[in-house]
Amino acid sequence: MLRIKNLESGYGRLKVLKKVTMHIRSGEIVTIIGANGAGKTSLLKTIAGLLPARSGEILFDTKDIGNLPPEKVVFRGCSLVPEGRQVFAPMTVRENILLGAYTQYRNGKGGAVRDDIERVYGIFPRLRERERQLAGTLSGGEQQMLAIARALMARPKLIMMDEPSMGLAPLVIRDIFAVITRLRKEGGTVLLVEQNARAALGIADRGYVLETGRIIMEGEAEELLSNREVQRAYLGRDLDAEGKM
Amino acid sequence: MYWEPDKECLDREELEQIQIERLQSTLTRVYQHVPFYRKKFNALGFSPEDVGSLADLGRLPFTTKADLRENYPYGLFAVPMREVVRVHASSGTTGLATVVGYTRNDIRMWSNLVARVLTAGGVTKDDVVQIAFGYGLFTGAFGIHYGAERIGASVIPASSGNTARQIQIMRDFKTTALVSTPSYALLVGDTLQEMGIPASALSLRYGLFGAEPWSDAMRREIEGKLGIVATDNYGLSEVIGPGVSGECLERQGLHINEDHFLVEVIHPETLQPVAPGEEGELVITTLTKEAFPMIRYRTRDLTRLLPGTCPCGRTGRRMSRVTGRTDDMLIIKGVNVFPSQIEHILFEIEGTEPHYQIVVDRKGAMDEATVLVEVEESIFFDQMRRQKEMMDRIQKRLAHELGVHVDVRLVEPKTLARSEGKARRVIDNRKL
Repeated sequence: MLRIKNLESGYGRLKVLKKVTMHIRSGEIVTIIGANGAGKTSLLKTIAGLLPARSGEILFDTKDIGNLPPEKVVFRGCSLVPEGRQVFAPMTVRENILLGAYTQYRNGKGGAVRDDIERVYGIFPRLRERERQLAGTLSGGEQQMLAIARALMARPKLIMMDEPSMGLAPLVIRDIFAVITRLRKEGGTVLLVEQNARAALGIADRGYVLETGRIIMEGEAEELLSNREVQRAYLGRDLDAEGKM
Repeated sequence: MYWEPDKECLDREELEQIQIERLQSTLTRVYQHVPFYRKKFNALGFSPEDVGSLADLGRLPFTTKADLRENYPYGLFAVPMREVVRVHASSGTTGLATVVGYTRNDIRMWSNLVARVLTAGGVTKDDVVQIAFGYGLFTGAFGIHYGAERIGASVIPASSGNTARQIQIMRDFKTTALVSTPSYALLVGDTLQEMGIPASALSLRYGLFGAEPWSDAMRREIEGKLGIVATDNYGLSEVIGPGVSGECLERQGLHINEDHFLVEVIHPETLQPVAPGEEGELVITTLTKEAFPMIRYRTRDLTRLLPGTCPCGRTGRRMSRVTGRTDDMLIIKGVNVFPSQIEHILFEIEGTEPHYQIVVDRKGAMDEATVLVEVEESIFFDQMRRQKEMMDRIQKRLAHELGVHVDVRLVEPKTLARSEGKARRVIDNRKL
């Protein structure tokens, strides 16, 4: 579905992504793990068209989407749930959700929007309960749900999520990850960027490890979970200390 | 039947995407973790970031057996030893051995690849697989063992040798698949005849053979004598062991597990790639190994890549059977032997002259190697007892260090033919 080759991008004179090559097959959950500053967010932003690609190619459904403006990328079927939710605080929950449907209106499928709202309310019953509340009054977890719901309204073939677990309580994280699994079950494809590597690898099919802008490892989630380097660097296991106990 | 259909039947475009991803991450890792590669890359002014396509691989240096020896034992490992769960080694004197290691993930991956090869050769979970490779430092037996277990077959780790007992096990345990060298399979066939046991008295259905070159004529003979379908498979310990490639039941070449190994075929002297389909030396780069990645390893094995696709549906390119070597390595009963190893041992034994010759024959099914050694005149005119002692001593050392039995004959000084220039050290009378 998504095929990236030798992608490079950055900010000013700073090169953040260095020849990143990766792919996602339809129906997969793929996670990118890596430390702060490794380039995870930049990668998603470059795919989404928010950060210009300097070289390399991004093929989405075999068509090049490199350097398309962000709204065109959404039209092609690739949506981003941004880091830190970025919900429109002074608007209601329902209004936020409706904003996500702009591609549908443009495509003349406005009539289907009602069904789509029902679908996202089905996935997130809490949002239905808070439909008329201002988004800014929601809890962190609810805002995350809202951000995902908003992205789903564009009926993306690929949904990219940037740190959906950030700042959330463990129970809430579990709910969010259950939703991601559900999306895949319903035929969706997910690219998940996470610092919470253990949780992400727990639901992903495959993963890539990004280190200072380079992919240093790739493999099935199970393999990465049992790789000692990944365990030490990203899963917070100090094996030496464990050995001494 | 496939073991991992989604991986064995990938379309080429997707396969190449996976290959380049894995090549880039492998190069980044070896550059970070293996000083040998870092130095080599730096000397060429090459950075892993320079690789943007599979074609860029050609800019990288080759790795040879000599590199492995110079970095004996652990110098080329890309992970600390605490992450290594298994070590194997090739035969040879201590100084010449090459040591390879595996992480837990490597073992899992290896088992899977062997499971692919076994499945392609007809093995299923209902089979009883008798492994007649020697268990030990060699990769053959353990590699196949874990792959067969992975499939869920019943594994009999019979190890090598004692043919009458192998046959008894085969009959009593109702072995359905035999894994061995092809020459050993022939020996089993001959021994069956001598014992007056018809192949129909056994339950054998499949034979999976490797570790030495063989021919289609030999295949037909084995199949006739054992009443089986025989397939060829290929691997080498420096790269992983068995599991690099194997024939499917179409038997039109060995499918390479290309999602884990990148192959090139080069001209052994110019080191340039040969034209597509031409014979040359196989060069392998590992794409997924953690403990012991190999970049452009020169296998010294001669083969060619076959054009076209296989009716079985696997998309991995096929290589022809290995037809020979580009160095002087001999394969005796499946064991790799270098003349230099023998020379090294003889050199250390007092009373031998620096002249020797290795004669390899095939008696019936089995290889027989004899080392002719010139000894000092004094020993030759001495009593028989001293000669016998010396022969025994040489024979024991050779068997011990080579891992295979070879006969020794002492000859008078100046009896072995000397030609100008290079001595003819090896006379290989075997015909495949």
